[in-house]
Amino acid sequence: MKIAVCVSHVPDTATKVKIGEDGKSIDPNGVTYVINPYDEYAVEEALKTKEKIGDDSEVIIITLGSDISKESIRKALAMGADKGVLLKEDNQRDSFGIAKALAEEIKSQGCELVFCGKQSVDYDNSIIGQLIAELLGYSCVTVVVELTIDVNKLTAEREIEGGKEIVESELPAVITTQKGLNEPRYASLKGIMTAKKKTIEEKPAVDSINLTEVLRMHLPPSKQTGRILGTDKSAVPELVKLLREEAKVL
Amino acid sequence: MANKILAVLEQRDGLLKRSAFETVSVANKLASELNLEAEAVVVGNEISNINDVGNYGISKVAHLKNAELVNYSSSGYRDAIVNYANEVDADYIMLANTSLGKDLAPRLAVKLGAGCLMDCVKLDTSSGDLTATRPVYAGKALVDVKFNSGKRVITIRPNVFKAQPSDNSSVDITVKEVSSPNLKTRVVEFKKSEGKLDVAEADIIVSGGRGMKGPENFYLIEELADSLGAAVGASRAVVDAGWRPHGEQVGQTGKTVSPSLYVACGISGAIQHLAGMSSSKYIVAINKDKDAPIFNIADYGIAGDVFDILPALTEEIKKVKQG
Repeated sequence: MKIAVCVSHVPDTATKVKIGEDGKSIDPNGVTYVINPYDEYAVEEALKTKEKIGDDSEVIIITLGSDISKESIRKALAMGADKGVLLKEDNQRDSFGIAKALAEEIKSQGCELVFCGKQSVDYDNSIIGQLIAELLGYSCVTVVVELTIDVNKLTAEREIEGGKEIVESELPAVITTQKGLNEPRYASLKGIMTAKKKTIEEKPAVDSINLTEVLRMHLPPSKQTGRILGTDKSAVPELVKLLREEAKVL
Repeated sequence: MANKILAVLEQRDGLLKRSAFETVSVANKLASELNLEAEAVVVGNEISNINDVGNYGISKVAHLKNAELVNYSSSGYRDAIVNYANEVDADYIMLANTSLGKDLAPRLAVKLGAGCLMDCVKLDTSSGDLTATRPVYAGKALVDVKFNSGKRVITIRPNVFKAQPSDNSSVDITVKEVSSPNLKTRVVEFKKSEGKLDVAEADIIVSGGRGMKGPENFYLIEELADSLGAAVGASRAVVDAGWRPHGEQVGQTGKTVSPSLYVACGISGAIQHLAGMSSSKYIVAINKDKDAPIFNIADYGIAGDVFDILPALTEEIKKVKQG
């Protein structure tokens, strides 16, 4: 079976956001880019699935982005994925435009199982997996923390408010991965060396229209620094009084 | 005839959730501003509080009913709502940005050929068309976005828009039986977290970080949370260390929250944690290090030892609540 993993290359979560010159995106200067943290669980789950179902299966990493995104593809290859595809796009796309290009590639590669992180930590839309599934007519289970695949049937546990839902579905399917699903492996030195020899195919991303458009990006209003009421428990009565009378939250 | 906005209401165990009333209120407001007609739709079996929707000013609700749709089925709910949206020719679909809303909204969008804007915290119509504002980078920045599509799917962040009760309380409920629902993907069981409030839904959160020194000390956090009727949260450091379950993690790789009150205990305030909670209405920080970044965004702080302060705070809250 061919397994696709959609990976995105994003600013590290320690990034302090500054608005870029275009006023619509962040200033990339000084920003460290990494593989989207949730996508690491996706890569790991794809590798585990491949190990379970046998050697004729293949894990293909698919990324939409500019040349620098190859770093994240290499990282996934070093973890053990078989090959990478970079769908080249230098301009900003909305989620639909990204999903459309990824879905086309998944279809042409003939992948029946697709893993995506449950959201990317830049635009936080949490919808790429579902969009891909709907565009391809695949099933889709999101925010998965446990997964069992048995021939054409799958059972997944997904995290929701106040508990977990057990979901049954069928292949072909898209699974979006949440922290807790697995422990992503570290790339071994051998893995890193082998990854250098693996192919990353590059091709232009298929055209798509943007159904939504960013007009501007801005920073949230900065919070006024509050009061330090004391350094020990003698400050507690005043704190409770303020919470009751000033903040009115108790 | 005016164009329509359809509010998709979420029910669990046959009860409409609080976010459903927020969704109705926001849909109504948008309808009056953009000269649309608002109505609501809900998928499920028996729904005991469906009449309450009328208290929030909506006059028409379609109940798409089938015993097999008692629990969420992404395929079944999608098909039922898409069919209904096409039947009434809705231009706007609005959902709450809950686990269900996030899962379902993009599926509806693809089937309806609509654009999809998620997790909106502000909707502005002053230009005559809709501009939505949504957080990105877990709230470190915001973007103003518009639709290029005719059909539009929107999810709104829970707890941000308030449910607005209205005087007009008559509601016309139409029950439509869904025949042979598509159950290709369906929930077969729900495992409830035991007696715990979820950080994503709580109005007050008490969070602990590395300053708690070990998992055995989290009883101090739990006791304070109990006294406040709050949920327990945690920083990434303590989740990664295995002290607390991932479901409690607040921050950029955990949950983004905006409760009325957030009490951060022994949390220094790494940028990825601040991103997930800085939109809380009131923030209290208790931390030994008076220079910790958490104090920059806290409304009230005590720069002292959590082991000294937390028991005293729990006692004081109990006293006040009883008084």
